Amino acid sequence: MNIPDCPLPTQPTDCITLAHGGGGRMTNRLIESVFYPAFANQWLEQAHDGATLPMPHSRLAFTTDSFVVSPLFFPGGNIGDLAVNGTVNDLLCCGATPLYLSAAFILEEGLPLDTLRQVVQAMREAASRAGVSIVTGDTKVVEHGKCDGLYINTSGIGLVPGNIEIGLHRVQKGDAVIVTGPIGNHGVSILSTREGLNFETTIESDTAALTHIVSNLLAGVPDVHMLRDPTRGGLSSTLNEIAEGAGVTITLDEQSLPIEPPVRAACDLLGLDSLYIANEGILLIFLPDEYAEQALHIIRNDPHGKGARLIGHVTDDRRPEVLLELALGQTRVLDMLSGEQLPRIC
Amino acid sequence: MWYDQPFRETGHLTALLRAIRQEATRPIRIMEVCGGQTYALSRYRIEELLPDTVQMIHGPGCPVCVTPAETVDQALAIARLPGTTLCSFGDMIRVPGSEGQSLQHLRTEGYDIRIVYSPLDALDIARENLRRQVVFFAIGFETTTPLYTLLLSRAVAERLKNLSLLTSLFTLPAAIRFLTRDPECHTDALLAAGHVCSITGIDEYRQLARQTRRPIAVTGFEPADLLYGIYRVIQLHTRGEARVVNAYARAVPPQGNEKARRETARFFTPCDARWRGLGTIPGSGLKLRPAYEQYEARNRFHCAVSLHGDTTSCRAGEIMKGKISPRECPLFGRRCTPDTPMGPSMVSAEGACAAFYRYQTT
Repeated sequence: MNIPDCPLPTQPTDCITLAHGGGGRMTNRLIESVFYPAFANQWLEQAHDGATLPMPHSRLAFTTDSFVVSPLFFPGGNIGDLAVNGTVNDLLCCGATPLYLSAAFILEEGLPLDTLRQVVQAMREAASRAGVSIVTGDTKVVEHGKCDGLYINTSGIGLVPGNIEIGLHRVQKGDAVIVTGPIGNHGVSILSTREGLNFETTIESDTAALTHIVSNLLAGVPDVHMLRDPTRGGLSSTLNEIAEGAGVTITLDEQSLPIEPPVRAACDLLGLDSLYIANEGILLIFLPDEYAEQALHIIRNDPHGKGARLIGHVTDDRRPEVLLELALGQTRVLDMLSGEQLPRIC
Repeated sequence: MWYDQPFRETGHLTALLRAIRQEATRPIRIMEVCGGQTYALSRYRIEELLPDTVQMIHGPGCPVCVTPAETVDQALAIARLPGTTLCSFGDMIRVPGSEGQSLQHLRTEGYDIRIVYSPLDALDIARENLRRQVVFFAIGFETTTPLYTLLLSRAVAERLKNLSLLTSLFTLPAAIRFLTRDPECHTDALLAAGHVCSITGIDEYRQLARQTRRPIAVTGFEPADLLYGIYRVIQLHTRGEARVVNAYARAVPPQGNEKARRETARFFTPCDARWRGLGTIPGSGLKLRPAYEQYEARNRFHCAVSLHGDTTSCRAGEIMKGKISPRECPLFGRRCTPDTPMGPSMVSAEGACAAFYRYQTT
């Protein structure tokens, strides 16, 4: 009997196929050819389901975040940068020194391998800049149309030194509120890329891990009460969360808010409020007012902190709300974002 | 120096406010016609800087707010038809129809509803989905309509058979005339919408000022633009002059945009229109000319939608007439918030209720 030649499954090298998520040879090949070379370190090379990590006597900070931004690439970065920087910044906001990250990928069948390589390369560089290692990971592939190119989840672990105490409970009347850089760049960059809006200047996402700003700050000023990264929902929503959680009134001075002219123009044009636009490379810092000048000096020494500004104060501890003082002395309430201004921003 | 800087500069604003205070010796009620003006007044909290003699009334100029519930119902019915894709500006998908359901609800049920930033985006969607019927929820005033003519002229040129518009198009002069005649709507002066006038020109408003016997200032949307417009109408009101001043000359040429008007007239013809909260106003809308009627989604899909009155509990109509302020509506801030809008003026950022809620609640 003539058995017809059974064609070997083709192994396309330029696209993600369902087989890459099957857990078999193709999956291993993908891990070995894409992820291991990029993230190489002794813990990842344990090649286990998880990483066993040395643990000195200290407090652990642990966080996780998923990234589904569309488009995957935008001026100033790509989904890979966000996935590393976002989780690193979350750890930094706990007052932790970020150490280890996991990276889980959901890939869409048909995704060009080149795209994945570029994203992974960005993650490698971001991790190296932030001083963290990507020590464990996972890959799943879903059918074409079931995901938008690729999604990434990263979890992160960091250590909190014993003398650092950062949290909502520490926010108090009299605290100064500092922002480390201009507002709204990331969200406007994503939107203008997605919608093909061409402005005279390209607005770049500010995505960055702010490791050095935070470590220098914690080392350089005697006390920091609160750190937060105002991502989705923007500055307004994050400050409202803090006001609510700490039961305080936060009053901002509108004229001191750092908003770059192109971002302001784009927001005016599109009917968006820059205070509700997502950020990826700035932090909000609450600390005793007497350390504000010192803190600004430290932050401005970092390339990501050049635009740092004192934007307001915690003015009361009776009513949880965020107020904005306008140019002519009027005050208005800054509410939390309702619904969403822009979908899939990170 | 950035483009908006002089128009937000404290020194300029203080000088304008001083001039207004000197001029506004007797009470005046000024209606800002346009939602963009309402938004800016709220955002910059301009009203609280004005002397007590000056009262602002928030007019009907937000297309999201005045699109009637039955038109939203038609959009919902069309979106539910198999094989259709409904494209809409973002705000419109949150507006509840007469049964309280919005396009956003349908989207979560899996219907193909897309938010776009330009009507021309619908062209690409139609080209790429030739087997689907692509419908653009075409709402707007004189400023947005020319964009739809661009979409239509491309659709005609490419003989695209799967693209149509669900039109809900309004023109302001007839509505202004209607409102100023309403005995319940006390206004002494008007701020006309600068961007509308950049298309229409100001001739029609000259006539309108004479007919309504009220001064009109065409204004822009920066704080100084609004204050300057307010100052000019107060000045005219004091002198008893019912005429138009162009307080936004940097954007509004007196003759408007002739090409945009020509294109609008090529595709559209005036009709009576129902305004949510205000009722039917003769000659205040635009519909497709008979030659282009096949592009009207209502003709293509024949979705029977019953005429509901406006939701009785939402008092947006009275707010637009200046009869009550948003805060006087029993729903405001309680059952009706930007998260759970009961009426359209709580949805659009330019709606009086949403602007009030976002920027003025304390």
